[in-house]
Amino acid sequence: MLVTVFLPQMLRVNAAGAARLEVELDGDPTLGGLLDEIGDRHPALERRLRDETGALRRYINFYLDGQECRSLDGSATVLVEGTEVRVIPSVAGG
Amino acid sequence: MSSTVVLAIGTRKGLWLATRRDGRGGWDVTGPHLPMTEVYAVAVDTRARPRVLVGSENPHFGPTVVSSDDLGTSWREPDHAPIAFPPDTGTALSRVWQLAPGPPDEPDLVYAGVEPSALFRSEDGGRTYELVRGLWNHPHREQWMPGGGGLALHTVLPHPRDRDRAVVATSTGGVYRTGDGGASWQAGNKGIRTPFMPEEYPEFGQCVHKVARHPAEPERFFLQHHGGVYRSDDGASSWHPIENGLPSDFGFPIATHAHRPDVVYGFPLVADQRRFPPEGRCRVYRSEDAGESWHPLSAGLPSEGFWSGVMRDALCVDDSEPGGVYFGSRSGEVYASADEGDSWERVVQHLPDVLSLRAATV
Repeated sequence: MLVTVFLPQMLRVNAAGAARLEVELDGDPTLGGLLDEIGDRHPALERRLRDETGALRRYINFYLDGQECRSLDGSATVLVEGTEVRVIPSVAGG
Repeated sequence: MSSTVVLAIGTRKGLWLATRRDGRGGWDVTGPHLPMTEVYAVAVDTRARPRVLVGSENPHFGPTVVSSDDLGTSWREPDHAPIAFPPDTGTALSRVWQLAPGPPDEPDLVYAGVEPSALFRSEDGGRTYELVRGLWNHPHREQWMPGGGGLALHTVLPHPRDRDRAVVATSTGGVYRTGDGGASWQAGNKGIRTPFMPEEYPEFGQCVHKVARHPAEPERFFLQHHGGVYRSDDGASSWHPIENGLPSDFGFPIATHAHRPDVVYGFPLVADQRRFPPEGRCRVYRSEDAGESWHPLSAGLPSEGFWSGVMRDALCVDDSEPGGVYFGSRSGEVYASADEGDSWERVVQHLPDVLSLRAATV
């Protein structure tokens, strides 16, 4: 199945300049599985989205068809054909 | 001989680089490099071509190590995380606190001290690192507790001539030594008093703020504790107090002179619950007799109304002769002395709070 990931400007440098990634996934993929696939293609991007234990970084939001993943099942959220994943860093800091 | 001093200034919002050519004249300051990252660790490695190593932490995107071989014109980092805990540890890196080049004849050896407290070692000049398992597996480790700054291994002191020997310090945990390349570690806290613990002199658990070692006398160490300033003459095995003559026994940084083993610098604060310079006066303290006596240095520094502080890695020296001494404040000022601390000039002001500082002649 195909899902699309939209990246914010500041992370595109870690994805060879791409604003969006189209990712083909097998089986019953989850957000975590999507990030595994992204890690194979763009490790410098993936490690900015989650740490080495697989935990999503606190100030990175993942909107799956408009719903932030933490209100779903987090990285275990199941993706479906055509899911759009928008990566949006929190407005945080000072 | 002409020389250029490079001063790497790590702050809460990025890195600045100051250079002074031929040892005189004004400072050229560039930055922010790596903007909006917290730079707790910086090193200027001059063992081969000068390399600036930076432990930076983006609040959104996590910690990493980047390097520059052209003094900040360009930066690079590996695609894969330069420092990452192995999967079996179930642990994630949260901050790089220290980047320490190894002995001069081992130009590819670099150590990193991190949070949560652990030691990593690089064999490729500081680009990629592996966990030092011997310390991670030490039975004390699970009993270490976080200090106010976190559970951090913030000090790494490689032996200047023996790659198998090193001393590290963690808060709170204390001092640990290895003599076999990191395979085994021994606590080295004898004599360091811990008034904040049930036991006055425990084997470990000390809240060590910083330790310094002089390359010409590698068995001698100076230590700023969370209350108490100490010296060791037996390779960081045992310690005795040397705070007599200081206005207080509290503070964070401590640094040795590059060439004179008896010369050591500190920046005292009043106390744990009053982390201000005594009387609001900005003064570095210097001992020229290995801590037997101390003298305030204030020429050129603010004489009143200075309520800032100096973080544990924000006081350093260079290897010039006479020696340069530098410190950065939490209020974003950096001061330099080209005459071993006798007089000071301000290099830069109005930066974000200074977290780390390193100087070298290149």
